[in-house]
Amino acid sequence: LSIFYSATASLNKAKKNHTLIWQIASVAIAALVIFPIATLVILSVTNSDTASTEIWSHLSNTVLFDYISGSLQLMTGVAICTLLLGIGSAWLVTQYSFVGVRFFNWALLLPLAMPTYITAYSYTGLFDIAGPVQSSIRSVFNLGYGEYWFPEIRSMSGAIFVMSFVLYPYVYLLARASFIDQSQHLNDAAQLFGFSRLKVFFKITLPIARPAIVAGVSLALMETLADFGAVSYFGVSTFTTGIFRTWYGLDSVQSAAQLSITLLMFVIVLLALEKHSRKQSSYHDKNRGQKSLPKKLSGAKQVLAILLISSPVLLGFIIPVTQLFIWAMETYEQLFETSFWVLVKNTLLLATITSFIALIFALTVAYAHRVVGNRITIFSSNVIKLGYAIPGIVIAVGTLIPLARLDNQIDAWFRNNFDISTGLIISGTIAALIIAYLVRFLSVALNTIDSGLSSIATNMDQAGRSLGESPLGVLQKIHIPMLRTSLLTALLLVFVDVMKELPATLILRPFNFNTLAIKAYELASDERLADAALASISIVIVGLLPVILLSKSIQAKK
Amino acid sequence: MKFTTIKLLALSLTVAFTSHSIAHENHAKAGEVNLYSARKEALIKPLLDSFTEQTGIQVNIISSKADALLKRIQSEGINSPADVLLTTDAGRLYRAKQAGIFTEVNSQILDQNISTQYRDSDSHFFGLSVRVRPILVTEKAKKYEISSYESLTNPTFNKQICIRSSNNIYNQSLVASMIEANGEKATEEWAKEFVKNFARRPQGGDRDQIRAAAVGQCSIAIANTYYLAQMLAEPEDSKDYIAAKKLNVIWPNQSDRGAHVNVSGAGVIKTAPNKENAIKFIEFLSSDLAQEIYANVNYEYPVKQDIKTHEILNAWGDFTADSVSLDKLGENNAAAIKLMDRVGWK
Repeated sequence: LSIFYSATASLNKAKKNHTLIWQIASVAIAALVIFPIATLVILSVTNSDTASTEIWSHLSNTVLFDYISGSLQLMTGVAICTLLLGIGSAWLVTQYSFVGVRFFNWALLLPLAMPTYITAYSYTGLFDIAGPVQSSIRSVFNLGYGEYWFPEIRSMSGAIFVMSFVLYPYVYLLARASFIDQSQHLNDAAQLFGFSRLKVFFKITLPIARPAIVAGVSLALMETLADFGAVSYFGVSTFTTGIFRTWYGLDSVQSAAQLSITLLMFVIVLLALEKHSRKQSSYHDKNRGQKSLPKKLSGAKQVLAILLISSPVLLGFIIPVTQLFIWAMETYEQLFETSFWVLVKNTLLLATITSFIALIFALTVAYAHRVVGNRITIFSSNVIKLGYAIPGIVIAVGTLIPLARLDNQIDAWFRNNFDISTGLIISGTIAALIIAYLVRFLSVALNTIDSGLSSIATNMDQAGRSLGESPLGVLQKIHIPMLRTSLLTALLLVFVDVMKELPATLILRPFNFNTLAIKAYELASDERLADAALASISIVIVGLLPVILLSKSIQAKK
Repeated sequence: MKFTTIKLLALSLTVAFTSHSIAHENHAKAGEVNLYSARKEALIKPLLDSFTEQTGIQVNIISSKADALLKRIQSEGINSPADVLLTTDAGRLYRAKQAGIFTEVNSQILDQNISTQYRDSDSHFFGLSVRVRPILVTEKAKKYEISSYESLTNPTFNKQICIRSSNNIYNQSLVASMIEANGEKATEEWAKEFVKNFARRPQGGDRDQIRAAAVGQCSIAIANTYYLAQMLAEPEDSKDYIAAKKLNVIWPNQSDRGAHVNVSGAGVIKTAPNKENAIKFIEFLSSDLAQEIYANVNYEYPVKQDIKTHEILNAWGDFTADSVSLDKLGENNAAAIKLMDRVGWK
């Protein structure tokens, strides 16, 4: 009997150790995001500026309402459009079979490789008053300015249009993964009861996919909230442009930090709503394996499906890329310069390292929450999710300050004790860049993995554990294989996000270090769109490789 | 999927180590000048190359927004590798001076090359190129009397003016210079009427204002001269050349304070590891050779007296520049923005 007791005791102890390690790991990773946020809080209360209260009263009397309503309008528009585009296209490619469906399966992801501001530039180039479309309208119909109606591209609706067509793949990816993972037997059962395919979609498929869809849309919205490049080019005032204006223009770091904190509060509310919606719809499909069979379309229905499904690809990718190609034709000589290939190498390097680290970190945090599931792990994963909505430049400053302080303290310690100067160890290196990327993009990986994990019933874990596996063993043998799609999706999303990232890269990078995004931005912001085209196209092409590879391997599983 | 977390970890660690060695290559070496530049790398590169060619001193560069660079220098503190901060407007130079990151530079060469108007009275920063913000008009507006920025409030110009957002630093410094000349109250009155004459919600860059005027959306555009010059330097059959050709330059306020000008400029960082070469670098930027590059590659006006401007610029004739001190542009910047917020200049 005593042997039995000691055995259970040691088993319990081992279990406790496990949970402790998971908790420590999860908090350690969350610390990456906690430090920048704490820095923001400190900046917002340190009275470095003369009159931050005066600035607030100025802002609330004049532009604050514009910032808030601008952000809200933009988010509402983007939410509606990305939901329609993302769910609609995911539904078509998973439920129906028609000519080209395999192509569209991955082609729908292509807009993801486009940086939002680049799409904004090329659409402006096309549809602006001086662009080719309006110029030909004027010359064909012999009209002057003001004698015809044409939608204004540089406007709120233009911004919603551009952002939706760049960001819908988030919804598409996660919705599709969920649709694929749902098995056929539920649909069969429903159809036996005489439900139409459409009714099955609204009554069964959509509710089950809801957590995934909400995760996708919240990613799209957080990116919308944090965007600076596209909205500032379109002259749309949002909270983020307001933060920049307050910092750069009014020279008030404190008020800018306070605005950033306000933005964070807003995101916290958004995330709480997301969480609430997940709670309401918790459903696990235990019976996996049987995959749904797509219905074959023919005739007019097939044509309609192809038309519908090609529009997001056309508007989100083909049109802007064609414009870029036309511009790039003028500047293709850059291709033969070695400096161009260094850009490609740097970009790939950063994206690869960051996406793998992000994957491991996110998996750790998501899994720690699953194994332990207490306040600490919930806190960690919630904190990490905030990162994505913080504008890149704010994260950059929030990373820059604590890192430089750490470096300087190490340096001071070595000077005092050994009379050696270590200088700056992390600041100004690639490591600092990667840390900032992780702060911002861990959220993307975590959201994706979370939504994948939530569709795996917990009794799978219990089964694994009862067979004597440690949580790590269960993770390796059960979850990782089942999560394959989500893991690859997370990897892909972080990879392309890092490739496109601009503000943090600009300010944190080492000397003489450039990426494709920096090159494209520097030329474009100097109003040299044509010169920027080659670098932009390269981001797209390099971004295509993982998109294609990963969607092939997601398909292979199907 | 067979590869495990451990393999992933191993892979990323290997990659991380390779990158670490690359990162170290990027650390500053003795003797080299480390430049934090708000001017885009592509624009400053010809100058850096010819400096290295002449002196054998390597220049390392990080380009970003001026305020972000300033924050980086402040955070890096005594260990900052930064030797020189280069900005594209006087307001940021003033801000850096206020933040106490510049050091005084006593250089006869700089004092000789740069006219007093374009350098800081305490020798903390030095203007290196001059950018002018004139009024550009199409044939339609040419017949009207436009003599000053102040005259643009005339109701005849209703829906006739194209100008970019008040987020733009050159608009901010234009308003800052007007606050200095006319006072805040008068300037706000002016801005209120000025905004009423906008042809559209402010948007796009300076070139976009020129393009919009060329197609007839407005007849008056405000833009910096080098943008117009860059468009005029395009091939004669290009759309931008044809558009730019439709506009004429009016030098404003020639009978009083002069046309609004701003400078790009630089200062030496107090904690610079390599002060001597940093000063050499700024001296080089004020030399004939560098000033000619500013004039001929970027179509800017030189800060050095006897340098020839580009022929595109010559065609617009001479002008008197506003002699307001550069410090004032910086000092009035926040007031200018608040004023523009109040009158609804987006």
